[in-house]
Amino acid sequence: MNSETKKVLTAPLVNDNPITLQVLGICSALAVTSQMSTSLIMAVALTSVTACSSAAISSIRNHIPGSIRIIVQMTIIASLVIVVDQLLKAFAYDVSKQLSVFVGLIITNCIVMGRAEAYAMKNPPMASFMDGIGNGLGYSLILIIVAFFRELLGSGKLLGIEIFELTKDGGWYEPNGLMLLPPSAFFIIGIIIWSFRQWKPNQVEKPDFKILDIAHGEGGHH
Amino acid sequence: MISARELLDKVEPHFTKGGKLETYYGLYEMVDTFIYTPSDVTRGTTHVRDGNDLKRTMTFVVIATFFCIMMAMYNTGYQANLAIEAMGLTESPSWRNLVMNIFGYNPMNPVSNFAHGALFFLPIYIVTLAIGGIWEVLFATVRGHEVNEGFLVSSMLYTLILPPDMPLWQVALGISFGIVIGKEVFGGTGKNFLNPALTGRAFLFFAYPASISGDSVWVGVDGFTAATPLGLAAQGGLEAVQAAGYNWFQTFMGFMPGSIGETSTLAILIGAAFLLYTRIASYRIMAGVLGGMIATSIIFNFIGSDSNPMFAMPFYWHLTLGGFAFGMVYMATDPVSASMTNTGRWIFGALIGVMVVLVRVVNPAFPEGMMLSILFANMFAPVIDYFVVQANIKRRMKRHA
Repeated sequence: MNSETKKVLTAPLVNDNPITLQVLGICSALAVTSQMSTSLIMAVALTSVTACSSAAISSIRNHIPGSIRIIVQMTIIASLVIVVDQLLKAFAYDVSKQLSVFVGLIITNCIVMGRAEAYAMKNPPMASFMDGIGNGLGYSLILIIVAFFRELLGSGKLLGIEIFELTKDGGWYEPNGLMLLPPSAFFIIGIIIWSFRQWKPNQVEKPDFKILDIAHGEGGHH
Repeated sequence: MISARELLDKVEPHFTKGGKLETYYGLYEMVDTFIYTPSDVTRGTTHVRDGNDLKRTMTFVVIATFFCIMMAMYNTGYQANLAIEAMGLTESPSWRNLVMNIFGYNPMNPVSNFAHGALFFLPIYIVTLAIGGIWEVLFATVRGHEVNEGFLVSSMLYTLILPPDMPLWQVALGISFGIVIGKEVFGGTGKNFLNPALTGRAFLFFAYPASISGDSVWVGVDGFTAATPLGLAAQGGLEAVQAAGYNWFQTFMGFMPGSIGETSTLAILIGAAFLLYTRIASYRIMAGVLGGMIATSIIFNFIGSDSNPMFAMPFYWHLTLGGFAFGMVYMATDPVSASMTNTGRWIFGALIGVMVVLVRVVNPAFPEGMMLSILFANMFAPVIDYFVVQANIKRRMKRHA
């Protein structure tokens, strides 16, 4: 594996994560993460669409007229999303029903379009494919972490298997209803961003302004 | 014998910059300013100075809740004793029985009521102080800022807006969420955009709805069901409230089931008078909330409805039921999360007043809307301020054009 391939595969996991650093693809991260199973399927679906669309767009990148490139990219992405949607309906009908519109909405997922526009239009097909896989994995990582906490704390289960016995079944765990509601994903993603930035301080944005410490008389002396 | 001041001065060098306990300056500062008045008041030449400080502001709010706390203990115990009498029990089916054996369970005996209520209030308050305090000190130590008295206000208000029999581990989770996610992640006191006490309560409301909504949580005796008057009103309007034996004066005094400290409008209004007299709370916000509520409920009275009895609820009942008065006086006026401009405060208050009646009357999901209305308005407070400031700038530009 050469260094460029390694970089596009691993950088999106933590250092350049599409969700925690670029804050893209948040809508589906909120919507599908109440269970591990739906998140895993969504992660696979998005990763394959991003990889294949990047590769396809990259292979015709020199023939796409600049003025209509977004439409061409959309056509390719939409075709792939339809394929994924049909495959899910054929082989995983229940999950496909739970994911409802969110498979279709991969078309509008900022990560897919973002990689097409930012990477695939300027790089060869194989590298673009790897870049799509890498960003898909970065998205998947966050989705799985969020779903892990939401399913475990919200219903005491993981992948549908009971981990904590619920009080209503005579166990000890009182499920946290907030975790079943989409806003809880906001809190979890926020906490993940917080811990990533604690771990990698170079991800912290510069403050827009600084509050002077007037109370201790330091503000006035500069 | 060494005085506390001398002791504090003696150990101070260890905690200031360069001392060996420098990391724990926050702890030293907390003890120091808790016992003595801090010297950090506005001194510069550019601002209006009144020698007031954060400590006095915050302490005054805690003092203002005094009557609420008294009524909280009395009414919580009274409701629990009534429930025990109504269920034909001779003793409480909980650990409180160990203490209450001394006082008995007579709802006509004020001492018994007070003691029983204290056994509900104190555990919640102690857990809130302990767990919330740990988070405060942790963040203060790591970030090197002070623990300030704002936490005493948040913890007291948080305790007063919980149902009496809230499981204590949930109390601990709620205050942790309120302090960490509602306040500290934004940088601590003064930088939070939501009211931390309400954030904690909202967390519990959505996470554990069975402990904080419905009919069985408002009186602290297991197995006893009593809807709050507001809950009754949501079902059957004012007639249902009166049919259950509540008159307006009783709800004004606060002898009804509900969150611990929110039931007595009288006690809350005494606190409001104190806060307004000392100019700690903004009268504009309170008036805005009250005005918004009165206007909206009169509009609903006027529109009328055949199917929804809440339309006919007069404004003076909206005032005394549920958390309206408590939210108006203690929560909406939080100087950090409310609007900062004077015009903005009117708009901010009115937004709360309108929203709370809208939720109570038209929203079928929640009987009470005070908590969500205030949090909703908190989010709009900066935007309101922005437009007020822009309007001022535009007006002045025109004047000098």
